[in-house]
Amino acid sequence: MIKFTRVFKAYPKGDLALKDVSFHLRKGEFAFLTGHSGAGKSTVLSLIHAERKPTEGEVRVSGFNTTSMPRREIPKLRRRLGIVFQDFRLLEDRTAEENVAFALEATGARSNTIGPKVVRVLTQVGLAGKAKAFPKELSGGERQRVAIARALVNDPFVLLADEPTGNLDQRATRGIFKLLEDVNASGTAVLMATHNLDLVKNSPYRSIELEHGEIVFDSVVDADQEAAR
Amino acid sequence: MSLVIREAFLSFRRAPSLSILSIITIGFALFVVGLFGLVALNFKEALEEVGERVEVVVYLTRGTPETVALAAYDDILTFPEVESVDFVSADEALVEAREQLTEFQGLYSDLATNPLPSSLGIKLKPGFRNEESVRAVADRVSGFRFAEDIQFGDDWIATLDRVRNIAAIIGLVVGAAFALASIMIIGTTIRMTIIQRAREIGIMRLVGATDSFIRMPFLLEGVVKGALGGVAAVGLNYAVFELVNRTLLQASFFGTEHILLIVAFGILLGFFASVFSVRRHLRAV
Repeated sequence: MIKFTRVFKAYPKGDLALKDVSFHLRKGEFAFLTGHSGAGKSTVLSLIHAERKPTEGEVRVSGFNTTSMPRREIPKLRRRLGIVFQDFRLLEDRTAEENVAFALEATGARSNTIGPKVVRVLTQVGLAGKAKAFPKELSGGERQRVAIARALVNDPFVLLADEPTGNLDQRATRGIFKLLEDVNASGTAVLMATHNLDLVKNSPYRSIELEHGEIVFDSVVDADQEAAR
Repeated sequence: MSLVIREAFLSFRRAPSLSILSIITIGFALFVVGLFGLVALNFKEALEEVGERVEVVVYLTRGTPETVALAAYDDILTFPEVESVDFVSADEALVEAREQLTEFQGLYSDLATNPLPSSLGIKLKPGFRNEESVRAVADRVSGFRFAEDIQFGDDWIATLDRVRNIAAIIGLVVGAAFALASIMIIGTTIRMTIIQRAREIGIMRLVGATDSFIRMPFLLEGVVKGALGGVAAVGLNYAVFELVNRTLLQASFFGTEHILLIVAFGILLGFFASVFSVRRHLRAV
């Protein structure tokens, strides 16, 4: 699925953003990526969607080796991923449904297939009634739902979420988290970077903690090790 | 595909002033190039008219038999530079002189013998109406025994040549400078559009749009702006032409192929400027 093997990532100046990072996210798994700002969470996600390449080591994402893949292959990989960010990254001059349709149009989907797919994902995220609303007419939680709908519309095998609740109040955070759980329940793996420790503590999911670019805790590995003892 | 077209035209709708500005600059650049073309076109026509009068006249020694003159006539016609040769016999010359110089009619009618020589008037083909060819032909003709005197306006032929060369050089330099300027202007406007649309481009990349797909709206935008600029340039040129035609002198306008050439040149400019600019700036966003 997603496999990091002894991954190092150096900044241009030579400092290491990631040091010897190895983990394996299995099909349909839900995992948190935690740590302070600058611990390397976003770097891990950017290596998965091939925005950056590892300096050393290997990153495998569903059959793609992002270390050695040519640039022209990157779009193929990204069409299989769903990505959401803290700042939503919506187009302000387009309605919710247009924002979602944009992801299909930009990947050359046939126009007659776009409408039904958009309706399906907007319903899935609970925004069927606000399809014609512009982002500025929506609350923060609703905007993130539009972004999640856009990420889901290409049927990704994994949803990468970089601090998806970072800009949201508690109530909206709970709503978005519930939505991500639902997405996971329908079979899509979720890798969520967050520093909301309450969310992590109160959930049964795997958590991988980064500190200064190193994995200092991985609940699955630790559980495995305990089982081995 | 529909998204490409929509995105390309969206920039016109979203930044109308920027789009109009770039169309105007393309239009203006092509207008100046076109204006020069118009001047060159009319200059060329005028020069051709003058060039038709470029002639080498060989005056024959008195008493040269007509058979010899006609043999020379045939000979000269085989020169590669020569378009036509006009033989004027002494008698014809006298008749002509009497007709043209009416003040001297009495004088000419009183003559016992014809004082005028017979002559061969040599006209050159269009490509050879220059100083060099005229001299070459004159030199060769001067080898004939019976050629008493050869006349050709070598001074003004040289001047004509110079004017034509200067016109061609200025045309090329000014045209190249303006083409370069419009490439830079189009490039800059495309760059502004790219910066303005950085967010959209980022999202397109994120959802897996290919580079060529992302580039296409910009190329289409460049082509459309170039075409509109070309049309605007033709319109402006026509306005100037009308103005000159009505107030100054009878001029000629471009033919259809020239008009198409200007629009095609605009399209080409728009296309290459956007290819260049997109390649340079798309990486930065």
